[in-house]
Amino acid sequence: MGTFIVRRTLWTLLVLISISVLVFLLFFSIPGIDPAVAMAGRNPDPATIRAISHAFGLDRALPIQYLLMMKHLFVTRDLQSYTNQGIRVIPEIAAAAPVTLSLVAGAVVLWLVFSIGIGLVAAVFRGRAIDRILMILGLIGIATPSFLLGEAANIVTQSKLHDTPLFHWVPPLGYTPLSQDPVMWFKHLIIPWVVLASAQFIGLYSRILRSSLLDVMHEDYVRTARAKGLSERRVLIRHVLRTSMITFVSLFGLDLGSLVGGGVVLIEVVFALPGVGLLTFQAASGLDLPVIMATIMYGAFFIVLANLLVDIGYTWLDPRIRPA
Amino acid sequence: MSEPLLEVTDLRVSFRTEEGLAPAVDGVSFTLDRGEVLGIVGESGSGKSVTMLSVMRLIVDPNAVFGGKILFKGRNLLEMSRGQIQRIRGAKIAMIFQDPMTSLNPVYRVGWQITEQIQAHAELTKRQARERALELLAGVGIPNPRARIDDYPHQFSGGMRQRVMVAMALSCSPELLIADEPTTALDVTIQAQILKLIKELRSESGSSVVLITHDMGVVADIADRVVVMYAGRIVEQGDKRDLFYDPQHPYTWGLLGSIARLDRPKGERLASIPGMPPSLINRPPGCHFQPRCVHRVERCSVEDPALTDKLGNGHVDACHLDASVKRRDRVLGSAPTGSS
Amino acid sequence: MTGEGDVLLRLDHVRKYFPVKGGALMQREKSHVHAVDDVSLQVRRGETLGLVGESGCGKSTLAACVVRLFELSGGSITFDGRDISRLSRRALRPVRRELQMVFQDPFASLNPRKRVGRIIGDPLRIHRLASEKQIDAQVRELLSRVGLSPEHMHRYPYEFSGGQRQRIGVARALALRPKLIVADEPVSALDVSIQAQIVNLLAELQQELALTYLFIAHDLGVVRHVSDRIAVMYLGKIVELSPAEDFYAQPIHPYSEALLSAVPIPDPDRSERRQQIVLEGDVPSPITPPSGCRFHPRCRYATDICARQEPPLVDYANGHLAACHHPLNLDRRSPVDATAPLRSPMDRPAAALIPTNEEGPNEQ
Repeated sequence: MGTFIVRRTLWTLLVLISISVLVFLLFFSIPGIDPAVAMAGRNPDPATIRAISHAFGLDRALPIQYLLMMKHLFVTRDLQSYTNQGIRVIPEIAAAAPVTLSLVAGAVVLWLVFSIGIGLVAAVFRGRAIDRILMILGLIGIATPSFLLGEAANIVTQSKLHDTPLFHWVPPLGYTPLSQDPVMWFKHLIIPWVVLASAQFIGLYSRILRSSLLDVMHEDYVRTARAKGLSERRVLIRHVLRTSMITFVSLFGLDLGSLVGGGVVLIEVVFALPGVGLLTFQAASGLDLPVIMATIMYGAFFIVLANLLVDIGYTWLDPRIRPA
Repeated sequence: MSEPLLEVTDLRVSFRTEEGLAPAVDGVSFTLDRGEVLGIVGESGSGKSVTMLSVMRLIVDPNAVFGGKILFKGRNLLEMSRGQIQRIRGAKIAMIFQDPMTSLNPVYRVGWQITEQIQAHAELTKRQARERALELLAGVGIPNPRARIDDYPHQFSGGMRQRVMVAMALSCSPELLIADEPTTALDVTIQAQILKLIKELRSESGSSVVLITHDMGVVADIADRVVVMYAGRIVEQGDKRDLFYDPQHPYTWGLLGSIARLDRPKGERLASIPGMPPSLINRPPGCHFQPRCVHRVERCSVEDPALTDKLGNGHVDACHLDASVKRRDRVLGSAPTGSS
Repeated sequence: MTGEGDVLLRLDHVRKYFPVKGGALMQREKSHVHAVDDVSLQVRRGETLGLVGESGCGKSTLAACVVRLFELSGGSITFDGRDISRLSRRALRPVRRELQMVFQDPFASLNPRKRVGRIIGDPLRIHRLASEKQIDAQVRELLSRVGLSPEHMHRYPYEFSGGQRQRIGVARALALRPKLIVADEPVSALDVSIQAQIVNLLAELQQELALTYLFIAHDLGVVRHVSDRIAVMYLGKIVELSPAEDFYAQPIHPYSEALLSAVPIPDPDRSERRQQIVLEGDVPSPITPPSGCRFHPRCRYATDICARQEPPLVDYANGHLAACHHPLNLDRRSPVDATAPLRSPMDRPAAALIPTNEEGPNEQ
């Protein structure tokens, strides 16, 4: 186990370094890019540009620039944005991360509960009407873009039906921190949660679970479990579901990592939630390398972390791959 | 004689398929006494496994259709509710399967899997159940059970896993043990170990055993009585010695002749059965074995032979030929000529 | 005895180790599975060498080494007078024509998307040995030779039963007119009555086409039926190598004795009468094989020397070799005497453990 952790940590570092180098090189390979020009404002004179270049170290060789950026990001932790001058990047992310985490956490609960429930029901009643209906609903969910569903939800809850008792409680778009007002936090997030979970995830995960449940139901050890005289319920939960979760968990971890890492950008934009996704989106449209770099490092970190959790979950679920 | 432990009467199991109804088991009847070991022999598709899986009510295919009766201690298993059958499965009737590699759940420790069964049927605490599991593991010859009880199945060899399966099957002292090809996936030396184990258990506990196998050698070793199945039907049934030394059905002759044996001089050719078993949906008219039978007469393709006791000793067979003709014609390069 | 000339396949000190990996950032090779460990044997032209042993003994790995599906870790393989163990892929191609393999699983070894005609004809196409028209004719001929109908060439593998598929596998192996066929458990996935058909087919083909077989199986009955000589493997080593009838009548190695004694006899009385030797425990791990004789922890004759010293493979006359410190059935032999005259098969005593058929005078 010790070597496993060491190995994983070393790999994680290697992956993060490679990603940062790649982002850096990609940024500077964009034709005509010069952050100093962008920062100098409208119609800048060459002297200003040179001064800015010098101040940000943009006149130095690329490897040095890269190292400087890494130093500001990880060591002195005072990396500054190119476009919003004087704004430090790390506090920005620190402020955005809880929003994204809140959004993803709630959606995850919904999507786990519903996809496992739907997957189980569909598998148990395979071939019957309820199975077909659930699977068609799932397909519709998978096919619906989340921003579209989000916009539709907004139109309904913010304007069309806002004045009816049904949606009167829905606050205007935005975010309230959990620490400030839990009820408001919940009210802000419940609709994004439902939208995020039901567009794509519930449908996808219930279908995946259903098919692995059906595979496992044909396994010899499930027959053994029945032969032992266990109840159908116990056979289903302890023997079928448990082993079916292996594919489910691996996909779940990857999705979770990418969502927390900023993959919820569309939902954040639609619901005006100031999360990491929104931050990345803005930085990318403004070609603000320090923010891009920091959000990507943050995102990559979560994806790698999620991978690690998947692997640990794997070994928990499947003792066969545990290191001896 | 008191009532038999198991009495199967005219069992029919069919599967609805796109091409029609496939009768996998077609009117099978046999009985099993207490303490008896019955060997069911046949090739793949003969219906031997489906028969015994039906006894356990383990056929969950929604396309399966059942008919006939399976009386276990006088009660029809086919008519029992799910709850009733669950109380019998694993407690009164236990089953071990062919492939010990896939028959244990890979994600649970073996001790957990055994105690799960014990606790499903007996009011025991976790600790008591664990003690019982330890006894069972020791009883089936797992060395150092206290160290192995918390291992996962993949940490055991095939033979050891089959021992775990046997331990689990015996955990509630069943009255009937069904073993479906329990040694087919194992090496010969390990097979010998497992067969020895089953023999010991039978003499110690007096349970009845039904052993499903394709291996006549295994049957000769362990069974008291033998049922030979072909294409969903019983074609011959009798006491082991009657069946081995005076086999009545040409299919049985073929089975015995196909074996490359170690206990007799090597012949030039193996007496193989020509052709292959029929598809269940389009079975040949008359005797199902007739297209592959070198002894067939006209009547065989017209009239379905009934299972009759022509010799008057409980040794029944489904063949039109006369016993005297059979004794004359059967190729005894293939079937043994008797035991001195 | 036999000269070099009629040896078709010759293995010298063949070794195949598989690395077991471990380590932190870089995966280092920590230890090895000794799958095949110093195996030397010869297969003569026209004979069948039966290779037996339990799962994990290395027999299938050895087969894969012979057809060069694996690179050797050591030793050499000479086929038809030529060392093929170091040949490049390209140089190996003409050799592959003469050295074909039949696999165990007739369900997995045929491409389900190809018609049978294609499966059998493809080797000819790959080696560019015939025009399409000739290939068509040859495929038809091959199909009827293995007992199928030429019309079957237009069907797909799933339309066939296990036995028929194995016939297709044999036809494919025959397409290139090989000299040696390595058959790895060719009948063990089949029903008994079908096994007999395939065994008979292989025997007929051998006679008609002068084939040489390396026949690998765990079923000692089938192996006896097809083989001229027998090699027994245990944990990567050959422990006994013998003419077939001599082996079955008088095994020398205690492992062979136990293997033979474990085979069930389809005769209730004989089965009851015989004393079966039931080996205790499992085959040890090939990663850390036991010291000395690898069989000693399970051997009922083992003494101190067995744990200390590895017994060499010794010739106990007539090409019956065994590697054991306590050889069995030696009362009638003199060890290491290759010049001893061949005994007549008639004065061979019955096997100690297997009562032979009293009324069986039809021994050749």
